[in-house]
Amino acid sequence: MQFIDQFIAMMPMVLFYSAPLIFTALGGVFSERSGVVNIGLEGLMVIGAFSGIVFNIFTADIFGAFTPWLSLLVGAVAAGIFSLMHAVAAVSFRANQVVSGVAINMLAVGLGVFLTREIFGRGQTDSITQPFYTRSVPILSDIPVIGDMFFSGAYYTTYIAIIVAVLGWYVLYKTAFGLRLRAVGEHPMAADTNGINVTRMRYIAVILSGVLAGLGGATYALTISLSFAGSTISGQGFMALAAVIFGKWHPLGALGAAFFFGFAQSLSVVGANFEFLANVPGFYLTIAPYVLTVLALAGLIGRADAPKANGDPYIKGSR
Amino acid sequence: MMDNKKLNIIIPIFSVFLGFLVGAIVMLAFGYNPIEGYSALFQGAFGSMYNIGETIRRSIPLVLSGLAIAFAFRSGLFNIGAEGQVFVGWFAAVWVGVTFDLPAIIHIPFAILAAAFAGAVWAFVPGILKATRGVHEVVVTIMMNYIALHTTNYLIRTLLSDGGSQSGRIANSASLATPGLQEMFGYSQIHWGFIVSIIFAVFVWFFLEKTTYGYELRAVGFNPHAAKYSGMSVKRNIVLAMVISGALAGIGGAMEGIGTFGYMYTHGAFTNLGFDGIAVALLGANTAPGVVLAAFLFGALKVGALSMPPLSGVPSELVEIVIAMIIFFVAASYMIRLLIMRFKKEEN
Repeated sequence: MQFIDQFIAMMPMVLFYSAPLIFTALGGVFSERSGVVNIGLEGLMVIGAFSGIVFNIFTADIFGAFTPWLSLLVGAVAAGIFSLMHAVAAVSFRANQVVSGVAINMLAVGLGVFLTREIFGRGQTDSITQPFYTRSVPILSDIPVIGDMFFSGAYYTTYIAIIVAVLGWYVLYKTAFGLRLRAVGEHPMAADTNGINVTRMRYIAVILSGVLAGLGGATYALTISLSFAGSTISGQGFMALAAVIFGKWHPLGALGAAFFFGFAQSLSVVGANFEFLANVPGFYLTIAPYVLTVLALAGLIGRADAPKANGDPYIKGSR
Repeated sequence: MMDNKKLNIIIPIFSVFLGFLVGAIVMLAFGYNPIEGYSALFQGAFGSMYNIGETIRRSIPLVLSGLAIAFAFRSGLFNIGAEGQVFVGWFAAVWVGVTFDLPAIIHIPFAILAAAFAGAVWAFVPGILKATRGVHEVVVTIMMNYIALHTTNYLIRTLLSDGGSQSGRIANSASLATPGLQEMFGYSQIHWGFIVSIIFAVFVWFFLEKTTYGYELRAVGFNPHAAKYSGMSVKRNIVLAMVISGALAGIGGAMEGIGTFGYMYTHGAFTNLGFDGIAVALLGANTAPGVVLAAFLFGALKVGALSMPPLSGVPSELVEIVIAMIIFFVAASYMIRLLIMRFKKEEN
């Protein structure tokens, strides 16, 4: 029974490791479903984390306990604006989208650290005084077992992430907007013929991906790192990208994949508590998430087909 | 209309210019003098024999990781995994350097070969998965990067030291660094790896442009369906391209292992040698000569950046912004094409 207890105790950790990944992966889903590859998720997270932290530090006195929520919003908006760069390059200027994404990643880190030095005089910001705190959901946390697993000692941001994922699924699959967005990513010429404005749809999708990745970055900064430096976001954006593909470009698939990564990451942190894992060197637990992902891709998931027009700029009148 | 070859040269040059322009605007916006900033950068990169030596040293692994990524790009593959391949290559070269006792003429090639092999093995996994199962190489290589990072850290602690954070020094016979050369360049960390990197640049150029294998790889990259229709094995070419790409990146790691450092230490994060290789490949238009030039530019920028804070007060991250903007403009080259075309029209 001890195993089950520890498993239950681990769940809050899984939830909070997953939240930034869920947000960011959803951003990836929107962008790629519209046909724009977004390797820049990592950089967009950096912008989200940076602006969230800076806003938090400078306005904590004004907004008090409300600050982290506003910081989240600021992170999302800032990254949304930043993503315009990718949109302009990828949609209007027919850039190689992978390349433009790589540029976004480099620029975000360079700009973030440059500004941090300008503002704080060193490569790292101060720690924020108004982070998110873990909460127990009233009533729901009293439910035996499930309450302990999912509703106590967690951040509200995780629940928001899950809600946004479901919302994302609804928007993509149950609304006319979602249908158009997917059409643009599968066959832009056909979509264009039917009167859908391909350029506009892609711009919206890329900006949405920026907003969501910004939310992800800010969530990470405001719940886990609590300050910003050049190494704050180190690879989470790429993990989110992996979650997009692992989840087969589906919002709920990405949600599941993000949970899986969160689970694997937590396992490497608290794995030694489990009796049957106690003798396994920490190294194996550390690489487990990555090895499991490769194995899963090779065996279970197999062929994952991207949206047909993913990565292709749409040039009017071309066949 | 300008022909493509000309544009392939003009666009990178123009992008570099625009990148520096953006950097200057950023400096102005934050109250710095761009001329002071850039002259500090230039001083740092080329100010003395020492600085030139450091710039060359910094460029060496970038040439190889750039070649690795360019090679994969030409075959239609995106090898984000160069980062991880650099790690395993570095480790393999140091392992050979520490473990064996051989004459230099055998020891050095052996270490480089081991690094190439390690990188190739690391790239074989995404290659074979892409070829046989259609798994997207980007995700697998990202995962392989993390596995490489943690595995080499673990092996340094267990195999190459007693729980320490650093391996022992390699034998002198395995080292590419010689006191004479370093003395010539003001006691910088320069090493003979620059010759190794040039050799492989020539190899890649020859392989891609002059051999049937290279032709097939490019054909697969250009249009896999047409390549298949004309009897080429797409699968074999995918695996081959990944393996060669991985070997090149692995050798890039060896340059750090038996050249710059002479040992390997545990890393808390990625070195960015592989990721910078993406930028190098792109600026170099995925050609071997272009990669060499781009690597040298980025090497100079990265070394020069270190002199910016002491000499001009500008944070060294400004260079990251410049590099990012260069890449951005290369990516959005259609914008530059439009500009050039408009210019031409007015002339007529």
